[in-house]
Amino acid sequence: MSDWRYRLAQNRGTLLAFVFFVVMFAIYSSNHPAGFSANVVQTAANKGVLLALVAMAQTFVVITAGIDLSVGMVFVLTNCLASWIVVGTATTAALGVVGVLLTGLACGAINGLIVIYGRLQPIVATIASGAVFFGVALLLRPIPGGDVYGPLADAVTGRIFDVAPASLAALVVVVLVLWVPYRRSAIGRAAYAVGSSETAAYMSGVPVGAAKFCAYLLSGLAASLAGLFLTFVTYSGEASAANGGSYTLFSIAAVVLGGVSLFGGSGSAIGAIFGALMFRTIGDLMFVFNLDPLWQPLFQGLVLLAAVCVGSARLFQVRNRLELFP
Amino acid sequence: MTQLEPTASPILRMEGVSKRYGGVRALASADLVVFAGRIHAILGENGAGKSTLIKILAGVVAPDSGRIVLDGAEVGFDSPAAANRAGIVCIFQELSLIPDLSVADNIAISNPPRRFGMIDRRAQRRLAEEALERAGAPDIHPLALVKDLPLSRRQMVEIAKALARKPRVLILDEATSALTAADVAKVFVVLKRLRQEGLALLFISHRMHEIAELADECTVFRNGANVATYAAGTKTDNEVVEMMIGREYSHVFPPKPAARANGAAPLLEVRNLSWTDRLRDISFTAEAGEVVGLGGLDGQGQRELLLALFGVLRGVSGEIRVAGAPVSPSSPHAAKAKSIGMALIPEDRKTEGLMLPMSVRENLSFAALGRVSRGGVVDATRESKLVGEMIDLLEIHTAGTDAPAGSLSGGNQQKVVIAKWLMVEPRIILLNDPTRGIDVGTKQEIYVLLRRLADAGAAIVFYTTDYDELIGCCDRALVLYDGAVKRVLCGAEITERALISSALNIGTEAEAAAATGPRR
Repeated sequence: MSDWRYRLAQNRGTLLAFVFFVVMFAIYSSNHPAGFSANVVQTAANKGVLLALVAMAQTFVVITAGIDLSVGMVFVLTNCLASWIVVGTATTAALGVVGVLLTGLACGAINGLIVIYGRLQPIVATIASGAVFFGVALLLRPIPGGDVYGPLADAVTGRIFDVAPASLAALVVVVLVLWVPYRRSAIGRAAYAVGSSETAAYMSGVPVGAAKFCAYLLSGLAASLAGLFLTFVTYSGEASAANGGSYTLFSIAAVVLGGVSLFGGSGSAIGAIFGALMFRTIGDLMFVFNLDPLWQPLFQGLVLLAAVCVGSARLFQVRNRLELFP
Repeated sequence: MTQLEPTASPILRMEGVSKRYGGVRALASADLVVFAGRIHAILGENGAGKSTLIKILAGVVAPDSGRIVLDGAEVGFDSPAAANRAGIVCIFQELSLIPDLSVADNIAISNPPRRFGMIDRRAQRRLAEEALERAGAPDIHPLALVKDLPLSRRQMVEIAKALARKPRVLILDEATSALTAADVAKVFVVLKRLRQEGLALLFISHRMHEIAELADECTVFRNGANVATYAAGTKTDNEVVEMMIGREYSHVFPPKPAARANGAAPLLEVRNLSWTDRLRDISFTAEAGEVVGLGGLDGQGQRELLLALFGVLRGVSGEIRVAGAPVSPSSPHAAKAKSIGMALIPEDRKTEGLMLPMSVRENLSFAALGRVSRGGVVDATRESKLVGEMIDLLEIHTAGTDAPAGSLSGGNQQKVVIAKWLMVEPRIILLNDPTRGIDVGTKQEIYVLLRRLADAGAAIVFYTTDYDELIGCCDRALVLYDGAVKRVLCGAEITERALISSALNIGTEAEAAAATGPRR
């Protein structure tokens, strides 16, 4: 039994995010004029999955005690690219998907190389690389437009058996294929070790550089999945600076709400996903309670502040004040 | 397996290993021979070269010259991982555990058992339970997070982690210093069993009774070289201390005043100061004009004592009086206020002392901004005047007051840190190893300055890892051991022999031994 106690304690952040999301979504759907219907869930899912994927991308890097401010720009860049190449026949569209994902990996690799070999702080490196990625996106789509392979887009954003939203199923597949093996792999373990204490990790013979590189790589991949999904939802590509910026910042908010420590070393992408869904539900809640959407940023901010306060309660126990400054 | 003959070929041999850090010689052609199935103790005072030796063996630092021969083949390690693969595993004094991972994750960190590319958690769990059992700590739950364990339990995890790597040479660097007495007994049983199993153990400890109980042979280090190797039990504690003495005198100290005026209340009075398990019931006084040294082996609570006085630690119990009035500084800001008048010269000037990219002038003004500003605005004329005075007083060599502090030499940077605090005109000056890593010339200037400040009426509390400085600079020396004041030495009592024997916590015994002949 005590094994469960430990597991529970270590996944408290993820579980809390899950519980909060379920409660918020229950309030939302029970107050929605259409009730808990397939349509309501599908709309919410499509919006939520976009941010969930970007939040997942952010999680990989945050676990190593870094931060990736280019996730939103990789998201926008791959959206623009997908609106060019995920078109035509089923075969060319499939090749296009591969191209988009490879581009995401390449963006992640660039970030990783700059941070590890350039020894730049992640925050600076990714602001710079993010600007470059956005520049490329602008060259690809100076004005919004483009297209996407319809059958695939409809399948991913539609419903399975007319009940469950396909986007959620796709998200579950991404978690099962990307996150779960990573979490259980040696390189994933190494990423947590590096984020928790880089010195101790090095002294324990953990491959520090490889772990960080892999984290940035997967971050790029997850961000490109989000870009692809955005193309499926909008049927077009747009080099939107506003989108890139807000998704980057919202991804950090989602990560925090999902119980991932910004100091690195603890938390889970699953928590971040529920954090993202929660963050999206705040906006929906305001809609069903007929509150002016102008209040939305304010409420999102308050929820975020509350979550951060809960997360930093441990600081009151610090006995050496020098430990307050990480 | 029983004990091997001394004539058997050694498992590990270090020959002529040297290492310099900048201008400081840490190891000078040191030799060490280690046999399988033996526990080999390494002794030496602060800075004798023990930890450099260990770091070289563990692959943390590379030697400048010399050979390491393992099983007859010359080896060189470029990382801790490489040393581990060769079978050399070190349990470091500062823990190498990852706080946010579970005990089992930590034990299996370098090479977790895998199945289909993923970590096999059941196998890992078994491995961890086995290792904890072998380390004598089956009470630790493998799923507990390391950061939730108390220090002594963490140390047991550290030992289990080392054992899980199947070492052939196991190095314990002060690995028992954080343990409770019950745990030490358990660990000793484990170590003796490992010796039976044919491991070579290198045991670094400053607890003489532990060495007496465990070691088969001992090597004493001094000034970066091995000075003697002997079978355990053939030397008295007194003889061991004798071997550890003999540092090269390289400093010139200003004369100490013969006697001070007595009678007034001490400027600083500390009564029963305690903090967690790192400081235990510390009481002492420092009078105006007095330099009080803090001695003992590194890490016995000296730093914490200075931080506690300076208001950095929370939950400090006990009483601090300044000029007779009780004070309880809650932050460095409170401690530097006129009513208390403390200054702390921190240990690491690069992180705690200076803002390296900022100018010398700005660095000098930080602590005294209140003095150099009027109505919240820095008075540039007043600032320049005071800064100029300080630069002259300490003879700081700088290209100009606007040169970045980082452009100065180490010694001059340290002078800036000291001058910064003199700008607030403190009554009580706390120094945390202020001469570490600076040149001899600047050291001497600092000695002279300390004496001048004391003569001008300040009380000085001076922690140094260099025994010569305790002998040469201090009117009184407190020797700390395990967070408590072990001994207070006054004036001529401050000798290298007294410092070393009380630092090793064998003080009175060693003197008894000197009087009555060998113990045991």
